[in-house]
Amino acid sequence: MTTEIAHSTSAIPLRYSTPIGGVAGTSFKPEHLQAILGAGRQRGFFEVHAENYMGAGGPPHRALEAIRRDHPLSLHGVCMSIGGPQPLDKAHLARFRSLVARYQPALVSEHLAWSTHETSFFNDLLPLPYTEATLRYVCDHIDQVQEAIRRPLLLENPSTYVAFRDSSMAETDFIRAIAERTGCRLLLDVNNVFVSATNQGFSALEYLADFPLSRVGEIHLAGHAEQADDEGDLLLIDSHDGPVADAVWRLYEIVIQRRGPVPTLIEWDSKIPDWPVLQAEAAAAQAILDGCRPAALVGDCHAA
Amino acid sequence: MPPEQNPSFAAAFAPALLDPTRTVPAIVTGPNGKAAGRRYAVYRNNVTVSLIDALAAIYPAVLRITGPDFFRAMARFHVRRTPPASPLLFDYGHGFPDFIAQYEHAQAVPWLADVARIERAWLDAYHARDAAPLSPARLSAIVPERLADIVFTPHPALGIVRSPFSAVTIFAANRDDAPVERIDASTPEDALITRPEFDVTVRRLPPGGAVFAACLASGRSLGEAAASALEASPEFDIASNIAGLIEAGAFTSLAPGDA
Repeated sequence: MTTEIAHSTSAIPLRYSTPIGGVAGTSFKPEHLQAILGAGRQRGFFEVHAENYMGAGGPPHRALEAIRRDHPLSLHGVCMSIGGPQPLDKAHLARFRSLVARYQPALVSEHLAWSTHETSFFNDLLPLPYTEATLRYVCDHIDQVQEAIRRPLLLENPSTYVAFRDSSMAETDFIRAIAERTGCRLLLDVNNVFVSATNQGFSALEYLADFPLSRVGEIHLAGHAEQADDEGDLLLIDSHDGPVADAVWRLYEIVIQRRGPVPTLIEWDSKIPDWPVLQAEAAAAQAILDGCRPAALVGDCHAA
Repeated sequence: MPPEQNPSFAAAFAPALLDPTRTVPAIVTGPNGKAAGRRYAVYRNNVTVSLIDALAAIYPAVLRITGPDFFRAMARFHVRRTPPASPLLFDYGHGFPDFIAQYEHAQAVPWLADVARIERAWLDAYHARDAAPLSPARLSAIVPERLADIVFTPHPALGIVRSPFSAVTIFAANRDDAPVERIDASTPEDALITRPEFDVTVRRLPPGGAVFAACLASGRSLGEAAASALEASPEFDIASNIAGLIEAGAFTSLAPGDA
């Protein structure tokens, strides 16, 4: 067992990490640990949900240390409740900060959503109305997170199923205003765009045209499931339980053509497949990233 | 209405998530005048199912014993009554064993709550702070006349669960998929849960062993703990019990005590 990383917790100040460039990574699932370690150092990165590593010790930290030793890490917070009206949970923020300090991740992200109200934690990414009032406290919350981790946070656009009667701003305008006011960067979840566009009846292409792509520092791709709404129309569920849909791959190619290569994650959180299946999805994203790279160097990639 | 007058949309959105008798919050809608019922139900379903799944992951032996339908119905009651108070889901469900003990439909399996207590202690041990266990040589180095006064520091992963039923045997038989033979549930069994390195272990404590271990874990001296254990169980054997606890990794250090 190496304790190199564990011992660096308080010794190393929080600093910007080295950019990892246009590489494709995957969610890290403990069931894949042996397959990943057996293959040795590979191109790519691994993303974990921060909350799963907030225990004091034990096997989860051993696994994460082993992964981190040879690979860049993306720390993806799921429960900060940045989008909720109540103050951030200071203890949770401190735990998040110490994970950033301990594992020195290349990417650190959270959601434009909320999950805690009063003392109840709902374990879901719940939606918020987009108004001047909600914009103010979301920005306050992001300021607090960024002060704690001493680097820009990547904020992820949500999948949504309902709209709020009170909303007065488009989601893209809301997100751009957050980025401008807080200096945060953005995690563009292309599957979320596709899911929300279907559910809310807007055009995914128009959303992407309005999205501040220059701020995007990571992309998420994932599978979704199909249900029906009250009128019997298609309602997509952000289920993360299968391969990326063809339509989402097409949107992703468009984003990469416009934005250039960005670290891209294949998210797969339930009905976890064998490691080679997940690896193949990441290879498909890498092929799109690499296809873009030579063109990006001469500038053609930005032609939209 | 200006948004400033309605800052807590969350207070309107949240209560119906875990309460199926409440109507869909009036603040939400579908796009273009569509209804919000099945849309809001996605959140209700995500919340309820993911929290039931969390309990299923923490209590796999209880799940195996009861079967998924019984388990999920029981867990749904608990989730609705006692949602998590922390975003750390591996810390959820500490109240579930007591809930099981009171659960009307689980009265035919009175040992189920104790199996759940062992499973909860197992996960607490799994996530506990790393610490090197006490070396047996440290005890050997104590001169005999000082032995009764020494006190121990419990390992962060240490857990003790006492049961009037064969909870340890039932737990062990249901933590994997191997076939379960008939178990006589009526033998009282006490569990010692430790994680000396990275593997959680669950052992049966000998008679008096749980009283002994609990006394030592609470900081009482070896002499006091042995007296309490003997009182509880005349066949208690101090030498094998202290050796067993140290070997299992129950402690991190010892000190001479105050005497």
